[in-house]
Order: sequence, then structure tokens, then C-alpha cells
Amino acid sequence: MAYTEHAATADHDHHDHPPKGIWRWLSTTNHKDIGTLYLIFACIMFFVGGAMAMVIRLELFKPGMQFVDPAFFNSMTTVHALAMIFGAVMPAWVGLANWMIPLQVGAPDMALPRMNNFSFWLLPFAFTLLIIGFFVPGGAPAGGWTLYPPLVLQGGDSFPLAIFAIHLMGASSIMGAINVIVTIMNMRAPGITLLRMPLFVWTWLITAYLLILVMPVLAGAVTMLLTDHFFGTSFFSASGGGDPVMFQHIFWFFGHPEVYILILPAFGIVSEVIPTFSRKPLFGYEAMVYATASIAFLSFIVWAHHMFTVGMPLAGELFFMLSTMLIAIPTGVKVFNWSATMWRGSLSFEPPMLFALAFLFLFTIGGFSGLMLAIAPADFQYQDTYFVVAHFHYVLVPGAIFGIMAGVYYWLPKWTGHMYSQTLGKWHFWLSTIFVNVLFFPQHFLGLAGMPRRIPDYATQFADWNMVSSIGGFGFGLSQVLFPILIWKCIRGGEKAPAQVWEGAHGLEWELPSPTPYHTWQDPPSNAQIAHGAEH
Amino acid sequence: MKMKKPGFLLTSLSTALLALAAPTAQAAWTLNMTPGISAISRNIYSLHMRVFWWCVVLAVFVFGWMIYSLIRFRKSQGAVPDTKLVHNTTAEIIWTVIPVIILIVMAVPATRTLIETDDATNTELTIRVTGYQWKWGYEYVGSGVTLLSTLDRDSNVARQLGSGIDPNSVPNYLLNVDHPLVVPAGTKVRLLLTAQDVIHSWWVPALAIKKDAIPGFINEAWFKIDAENTGLYRGQCAELCGRDHGFMPIVVDVRSKADFESWLHTQQALQRPADAAPTATLPDAAPASAVSAVAGNTTSKTG
Repeated sequence: MAYTEHAATADHDHHDHPPKGIWRWLSTTNHKDIGTLYLIFACIMFFVGGAMAMVIRLELFKPGMQFVDPAFFNSMTTVHALAMIFGAVMPAWVGLANWMIPLQVGAPDMALPRMNNFSFWLLPFAFTLLIIGFFVPGGAPAGGWTLYPPLVLQGGDSFPLAIFAIHLMGASSIMGAINVIVTIMNMRAPGITLLRMPLFVWTWLITAYLLILVMPVLAGAVTMLLTDHFFGTSFFSASGGGDPVMFQHIFWFFGHPEVYILILPAFGIVSEVIPTFSRKPLFGYEAMVYATASIAFLSFIVWAHHMFTVGMPLAGELFFMLSTMLIAIPTGVKVFNWSATMWRGSLSFEPPMLFALAFLFLFTIGGFSGLMLAIAPADFQYQDTYFVVAHFHYVLVPGAIFGIMAGVYYWLPKWTGHMYSQTLGKWHFWLSTIFVNVLFFPQHFLGLAGMPRRIPDYATQFADWNMVSSIGGFGFGLSQVLFPILIWKCIRGGEKAPAQVWEGAHGLEWELPSPTPYHTWQDPPSNAQIAHGAEH
Repeated sequence: MKMKKPGFLLTSLSTALLALAAPTAQAAWTLNMTPGISAISRNIYSLHMRVFWWCVVLAVFVFGWMIYSLIRFRKSQGAVPDTKLVHNTTAEIIWTVIPVIILIVMAVPATRTLIETDDATNTELTIRVTGYQWKWGYEYVGSGVTLLSTLDRDSNVARQLGSGIDPNSVPNYLLNVDHPLVVPAGTKVRLLLTAQDVIHSWWVPALAIKKDAIPGFINEAWFKIDAENTGLYRGQCAELCGRDHGFMPIVVDVRSKADFESWLHTQQALQRPADAAPTATLPDAAPASAVSAVAGNTTSKTG
């Protein structure tokens, strides 16, 4: 309706059809195409990392070593994490940012379209380098995704490959973050003030600042590893006057903000999906913005809670324990605000809402185990056990991954112009939710019972819960096959989706037709569209 | 449509079981941490249970609120949204202040316990622990007694890839060593931890001690086991250290003071002829006891 009266879809440059064939995808500077590339890449890496997880759970299904060499098992845990963090979750968020930020702020594209293309194409090269590691002498990296020296320096030829891969991924992320910030700060349509932006744009703005601040720190840390190994420096070697623990400090100074980079966009998605399917505006919009900013700020002063057993002085342990506990406050505010959004709403349960609700419940469980981990003396018993593995998988899988899926289920009809099979979506949801709990909840028990992490075999008292967890793993892994099938079918066809795909949705993207044309907002949105779209 | 029921039921059932589970036996289907064999380990266990119960209380409140909303405000049941309900400053203040108070209540005992774990003064025995790829070395400082503690033979054979041996047929599979660390109960013992190659971590759940063993540095930890808790207690390396990280366990053989001292004497006698030169520079405290107090001059890891 609103769009027909307006020039939003008029193509001034007569190039509404992109070039055909592979060259389109190699050379595109279009934010929608680049978003699609990132999402496809992320999906592939999700299955690559997922396959490694299946190998892990297969070996851990029963006590005894049945399938893989312990060194290969260590490569599986290492590359599983690297693939999931840097190959699946982060690119998926950048893909969603690329697709949605211009649409949501009324901009025709990202601020720096060629750099955008470059940012994406770095990634397949980076991951090729990483995967090549499996085929060189010494095997793939096997020192953990956290790359602690001196162990990581015992790696074979894959070590420099992995470092170069990380540099490329880091450069890609930094450039993507620059693009996001410049776009949001400079290209918002008139009328879209900062405090009228959708939460997904806010959380990405804050995430982008985190990326720019900490990715260079990781680059520094891994470069020091490289020079220690090849150029005779001793940053991390005591015999040369260095300190292996200094690496941990530098790494986790990156690493902790990194985990917030992984989750903040999910907070943004959930903050849009829940209001839509509650038919009610987000409760406490400003509080949500400030809470997100507080979380981002606090994320810089908690890093050593990953290092409670390293031998820090008492003052350090105390400071990091207290600052870590503090992060629970703004996080709690967000959970309460989402709950208050649903309170006295009118709820329906389509797949985006299902995933957002699973996020709400299960991320909160991850938050509770996080609070337990913050208690430093108790952490002496949790650190490096399956209790930690359970915690971070709860916040990353039903947290970040379900957030991504909620976003995809939410916006897929807008991208493709077709509604997908709700039945398939619900099957995907229920199987995922049930199996993710079967997979990860018992890992809390394993950690408390005394099972360390990163071990390929275990004492027989851990056998029962490991078997349950592995069954959950196989179930969860298989369930994910439904996701690309659903997406593929949706791209190919389906019931035509209107512009207003979801009844309760607000935001500029819903003012555009479904599918969105190749070029959008070449004329900025009208006041009417903004008024109807932004409802904060 | 009832949402999240399977996940939530699983959670609440498990937490109920967690509360009821006997905290001593390391049997199958174990749900909870051990309270351990020292005052501090029990302290840590109670911190753990305290924060756990707080989480349960908060979870009941938060999840209860969510589930109520999911049922009560369904569009399919005719709920009409209250689109004006977007602000409530009072609520925001309450649900910020109350969590702060809860956190303070948790932080106070946690701080106390943390301070206690840091106090390694007045110890009666010092043991140097060295992590190797992939075994532990122990030295009773001042006595000349050293031992290497490696995964026991039966476990090592059974754990080989495709060995075909059922781990259930191996007693204490992967948690057994050839030479356990023998320590006295009822004695404040100090550990000085280091490593020879990469970072390892020495963890015995029953002692609630986990401390990284870092090459080129010395970390410190202490324990005082209850006099009555003699016996064998098992732990594992807790920092990825390479291929056989999962295969370098720890066994602590806790004996009465008297038994420990006679064991140590025997070891001294057995090991003395093999010593090239005495390494200990500290005299024995008394002829009948080889347990010597060590002056705190070692370089400690202060990060």
C-alpha cells in the first residue's frame, strides 16, 4: 500500500537486474547479495563445525577409544570451536547486518560497498587456510581454540596457517564493523534518530565498536605467538624472560568482549521478534539500549574470570569475581524487559517467536551457570570442566544460534517473497530445542562430577551422562538438516508473502515489498512510512 | 500451546534430583559436586550450593512469569494487547536493585572463602608438583624423596585406540596411577606447582584445589585434610596439554600423620643411595620427623 505511492521501488538507474552467473557473486557490491553470501557461508561452516562436533560426541559416546587418535580428537575440538565462532556465528551476524541494517535505517546500501565485498571474500580464503591444516605434517591445530602457549607452539605446519587464517578473519571483521558504524552513523534516513532505530541496529552498532576495539588485540596476540615460534622472541616463554600467562591476559582481553560480540546481535533480534509476536512494543526501549551499552562496557573489565586458576594475586581474583557478577545486572534487566513485553500482549507462536522464546528460557539458564562460574572459589571446581562447556554452549547454541535462526525465520519471507512451510519450521524448532537440552544439560552434571574438558576418553563413572549427551548431539545434528531444506524450498517457491509478513511487525523493512527489490530506499522513506514503521 | 515444556521439565526435574543426590559417592549418574575432605572444600561446596539455590529461586520466578504469560496472553485465546504498557520506572528500579542486593549477599561469603584459599602460611609440609607431558612429578621438599606418577598400566593398555578392552573391566579406569602422592591428614600441606613443558593444571575435586602448573613459574596452593578422611582420592589434569591430556591422572593417598611419616622414612631410605648429591638444604626439624617447615623464600607466581 504505502510503497506504491512512493518511489521506493522506482529504479533510477535501470539496473534492477544484477549480472548473471558467478560473476554476480564475485563482484557484487549489493548489501543484499553480500548478506546472502555471508549467510550461505555461515550455514556451510555451521555444518562443517557441526560435523566435527559429531566426531567428538561419537568418540565420547562410550568410555574407551573407539574411533580417533587423541591428537586428532584435540584437532576436532579446536577446529570445531574456530569454525563455529569465526565461521558460523560471526559471519551469520554480519550477513544479517548487511541484509537488514540498510533496510531498517532507510539507506540504499552500506556506506562502503566495495570494502563490503572484500570483507566477505576474505573469509573463504581464510577458512581454506585453516582446513588445509588437516592435510599438512603435524595435523590441524590441536591446542584449543584459545591457542595457549607453550602448547600451541608445539603445533606443526598448521600453526602458521591457522595464524594467517585468524589474521584474515580478523581483518574481515574489522572492515565489516567499520562499514556498520559508518552506515549507521551517516546514512540513516531523515527522521530515523538514534533512539528510534530498531534494537537490532543498536546492538550491531555496539557490537561493531567492540569488534574494532578487540580484534586488533587478538591480531597482536597471535602475531606474538608467530614471532615466538619463528623469530626468536620470548613473549610467552619463561626461559627468555617472558610469561605464558601474559598470552592468556591478552587473549581474554579480546576473548571476553568476543563472546559479547557473539551474543549482542541476538539480543537485538529477540528484541524485535518478541514485540512483533506479542503485538506490543518493546518494554523499556531506552533501558534496553543502556543495558546493552553497559554490558559492552563491562565486558572489558572481566576477562580474567577465564583465568581464575592461573595463580593471580588475591586482589586480581577478587576484582574479576565482583566485576563478573556485576554483568548479571544489565543482563537481568534485558530478560525482565523481554518478559514484560510479553506481559499483557497478544501472543502467537510462529517459528521466529518459537526460537526467540527458546532463546529467552535457555540463554537464561546459561546465564545462571555463568553466575555460578563467577564465584571464584567455586570456579576452582568448575574451571576446565564440562560445567564450563555446558555454560557456554547454552549461551551460544540456544543463545546465539537460535537468535540467528529466529532472525532468518523472521526475515526470510521478506527476502524471498515466499512464506515457508510452518510445519517444517516447527519440526525444526521442536527437534532442535528438545535435543539441545538432551545434549548440553547433562554436561552440567558431568562437570560437577569431575569430568575435565578437552579429553577424548573418560573414567567409567562419567559414562551414563556422556551417552545421553551424545544421543542429544546426534539428534540435534540431524535436526539441523531441516533448516537448509526449509530455506531452499522457500527460495524456490511458496505462498506469496505480503509486505507486512507478520501482523504485529514494525520497522522500515516491512514497508518494502516482499521480496525486496534489488535496490531499495534509493529515495528515503517518507514520514508516513517512518511513522508507521518505527513504533518505539 | 504449552511452550518450552520439555526443556523446562527436564531442568526442574534435574534440579530437584540435584538437591536430593547423595553428595559423596562418585557413582554413575552423578549430579553434584563432592563436598570433599577438608574444611575449605566443604566451604566451597556450600558456596556452590548457595549460588545454585539462588539461581533456582530466580529461575522459578522468571520462568514462572514467562510461562504464565505464554498461557494467559495467547492471541488464540482472545488476548488483546495492552500497547500502552511500555514503561514502568518502579519496576525497572526494583528489578535492578533487588539483583544487586542478591549479588552482594552472594559476594560476601565468596570473598571470605577466596581470602582463605590464599593464605598458605604456617604449613607443615611442602610438596613440589611438576607437570610433564604426560605425568606428574612430586618432590617432598627437604626430604629428598621424589616420585613420578604415571597412568597405571592396565588403564594405559585399555585406552589404546581399538584395544577392544572394556573399560568397565579396569578398576578406576583412567583414574589410577603407579605411584600415588602420599600425604598426611590433619596437616596443613603446601603445594608448589610448576611444569616442565606446557601448562598443565593439578586438580583434585575432593580437595577443591585446581591450580595451573606453568613452565618457568611456581604457583602455590594449600590443603588441610580432615584427620579422619584417610583413603584414596582421584583427580585429573585440567588444562589441555597435548595428545595425552586426558591420560595423566592424580591419585592422592591420604594417611594418618604417623603412617605418612613412616612411609616417608621408608622412601628416604630407598631413595638415598640413588641420590648423586643431597639437594635439600634444610635440616630435619627433629630426628623422628622428616616433615620440615619450609621458609617462604621460593619465588611465587604473582602474575
